[in-house]
Amino acid sequence: MLRHCVLALTRGNMRRACPGVVSAGVRRYSTATDSSSSSNNNNSNNIEPIRGLPMGVSNSQLLHRTVAAVQRSSNLKTLGLSEHETQKMNMCQAINDAMRIVLATDETAVVFGEDVAFGGVFRCTVGLADEFGRERVFNTPLTEQGIAGFGIGLASMGQTAVAEIQFADYVFPAFDQIVNEAAKFRYRSGGEFNAGRLTIRTPCSAVGHGGHYHSQSPEAFFAHVPGLRVVMPRSPIQAKGLLLAAIRDQNPVVFFEPKILYRSAVEQVPVGDYTIPLSQAEILKPGDNVTVVGYGAQIYALENAIQMIERDFPGVSCELIDLQTILPYDAEAVARSVNKTGRLVVAHEAPRTQGFAAELAAEIQERCFLRLESPIERVCGLFVPHPLVFERFYMPCAVRTYEAIKRSLTF
Amino acid sequence: MFPGALNSEYSHELKFVSSVESIQTYQVMDSNGSVLDPAHEPQVSKEEAKAMYRNMLTLNAMDQILYEAQRQGRISFYMTSFGEEALIGSAAALNPKDLVFGQYREAGVLLQRGFTLEQFMNQCFSNERDLGKGRQMPIHYGTKELCFQTISSPLATQIPQAAGAAYGMRRDGNKLCTICYFGEGAASEGDFHAGLNMAATLGCPVIFYCRNNGYAISTPSIEQYRGDGIASRGIGYGIDTIRVDGNDVWAIFAATKAARKIAVEQNKPVLIEAMTYRVSHHSTSDDSSAYRSKKEVEDWSKRDNPISRMRNWMENKGWWMKGEDAEITKSAKTRVLEAFAAAERLKKPAIHHLFDEVYAELPPELQREKADIEALARKYPDYYQVNEFARS
Repeated sequence: MLRHCVLALTRGNMRRACPGVVSAGVRRYSTATDSSSSSNNNNSNNIEPIRGLPMGVSNSQLLHRTVAAVQRSSNLKTLGLSEHETQKMNMCQAINDAMRIVLATDETAVVFGEDVAFGGVFRCTVGLADEFGRERVFNTPLTEQGIAGFGIGLASMGQTAVAEIQFADYVFPAFDQIVNEAAKFRYRSGGEFNAGRLTIRTPCSAVGHGGHYHSQSPEAFFAHVPGLRVVMPRSPIQAKGLLLAAIRDQNPVVFFEPKILYRSAVEQVPVGDYTIPLSQAEILKPGDNVTVVGYGAQIYALENAIQMIERDFPGVSCELIDLQTILPYDAEAVARSVNKTGRLVVAHEAPRTQGFAAELAAEIQERCFLRLESPIERVCGLFVPHPLVFERFYMPCAVRTYEAIKRSLTF
Repeated sequence: MFPGALNSEYSHELKFVSSVESIQTYQVMDSNGSVLDPAHEPQVSKEEAKAMYRNMLTLNAMDQILYEAQRQGRISFYMTSFGEEALIGSAAALNPKDLVFGQYREAGVLLQRGFTLEQFMNQCFSNERDLGKGRQMPIHYGTKELCFQTISSPLATQIPQAAGAAYGMRRDGNKLCTICYFGEGAASEGDFHAGLNMAATLGCPVIFYCRNNGYAISTPSIEQYRGDGIASRGIGYGIDTIRVDGNDVWAIFAATKAARKIAVEQNKPVLIEAMTYRVSHHSTSDDSSAYRSKKEVEDWSKRDNPISRMRNWMENKGWWMKGEDAEITKSAKTRVLEAFAAAERLKKPAIHHLFDEVYAELPPELQREKADIEALARKYPDYYQVNEFARS
């Protein structure tokens, strides 16, 4: 590995995609599976506070990598998915599969956006244009406001519009169409019209080297809009089921896909047509002493933080909740958990101030005030534009979350 | 040849181009209502023409009464179509199932489609019969039955939506089109550029109809754009374009008919720029004497009046008697006033409509808010004037 990196160095190419290894003082830019930092995630991690704990998505026990894991899972059993035939898929392939099912079963469905015809910049639409034709899977000119508006118009005709915004960082020109038009379409018309058949899907969140404009998690802007549904999956099985549910939902949906997980999150995914309920949180790991809530790629940092806590505080158990749908969100599930544990830590990559954790904290303090044993902790991105070289400090990584859970437990 | 401009030939001349000749304005009648070229004599029946003319007079009567009503504080807001009544010609040229996306000054289209005076009033009074359930300001009409999309206040948002809906119509294969109305001011928005470009590249059967009435609130067109109106932009997008006299019902009628044929048969967009003059104030929140002289408005009204031109044309054909106007106007006023009184008496929509249809189904947080507000309203019924609203 070292020699390979040195060779790359002498060619003057510093940006090879290999797991981050510090060699001879030179940083390699990683497409790291550990979304919480661009540091390495292999066994040379004998540093505090990690002490050799296997970190990140590639080591996550939350992913169902084997058929046995799928069959064992009580959550998948509850969803009726544990006996389905499965296939190994990463999140990108799972999303591709969901769209394929929609195009195959819904005559009216079309998929469109910038560069989707050849397969998309993240390959989520690979093969779809070939299979279903360029009338149904097509490129649009470079205009997010146009893509959103066009999708609303199509949806208002009762046709299924699956629009792609190439990066969540570029969704803002479409904000007027989404907030003022899509979200209000049904209400303002007295139900004469609606834009429920619109789904806007977009890659989001940190990737290690994305900087200001390829790393944003803008869910909080949309979580403030009555009439919208906002969803963010954490894994391939979730992504496929939630996307199918979102596309079929009778409300316009903004579907955020953590791009770091496209290739790094791999599971045995049911091959058939299935949905996962929207606006329903999932308890990934039960616990008694503190409730830890997140969504998207952050779930893997939370998993590691919890492992470190349970290692360092024997007898303490943390309950991990994936919100999955950010709007309308399952406040009841979080409240039920906090009424049991008495403590809450919320984490997201988006900046802390006015981020979604603020909403959850306000709602839970109102519902669980007398039960709370410590202040609600928010572990979030810093209140700065998403930086490049400083990303490791910016991110609400496992270590920062570990410290926050500790504070909550020892208040 | 470069992929970006396949038909461009090389030149050795260093020359900048900013305009070609101004696009001509298609006209069928002169200002006295005489058809200029007999070959363009409108092919309509007497009944159709009289119905259109009656609608122009009814629109005028309704506008006068509702404008006054706002001034008296009986409705909160209104926008009139004075000077732009010829727009009705475009609606007459369409199939009733062609989908309409409007901006806000297309009540004439709704009237021509068959929206009743009662329905207009109910929306303006936000009463329990308003199709929109009282959620939006007056003049934000919409009706699924008449294929007229609900008006929204943000300008130009309807333009890319119309392109998308048209794409859907093309896929449905029922030989219908979409028509999208907007003003010359709205055409400065990014959504105009996005919508036209998408319609052109994706082959959407949509008629883009620009009402260029010379003003965007107080901003005259010379401050809105520097090019040759909106029509010149259509060419930039590769779109079949025509400029018409927007006060000439028959020019509008003929152009819209021809545009529809292109859109539906060739699955591509068409741009019509209809030149007219906004005799109205922008809305009841505007007093245009603050930025233009009353004389300018009066002169325009006298010189080029769409209603007069149409009437003269009908009189020339022997389809209208002098004096029939007064009768029609009087009866229109009466009907408007009756509908007005009835609408004013009705209650507001039941309070649960505040919470319904935000989502397809009522989510938990709205269930809670609804329970809270209903309890508060029961506690303070006089403060909330609860008896103005229909019972649930």
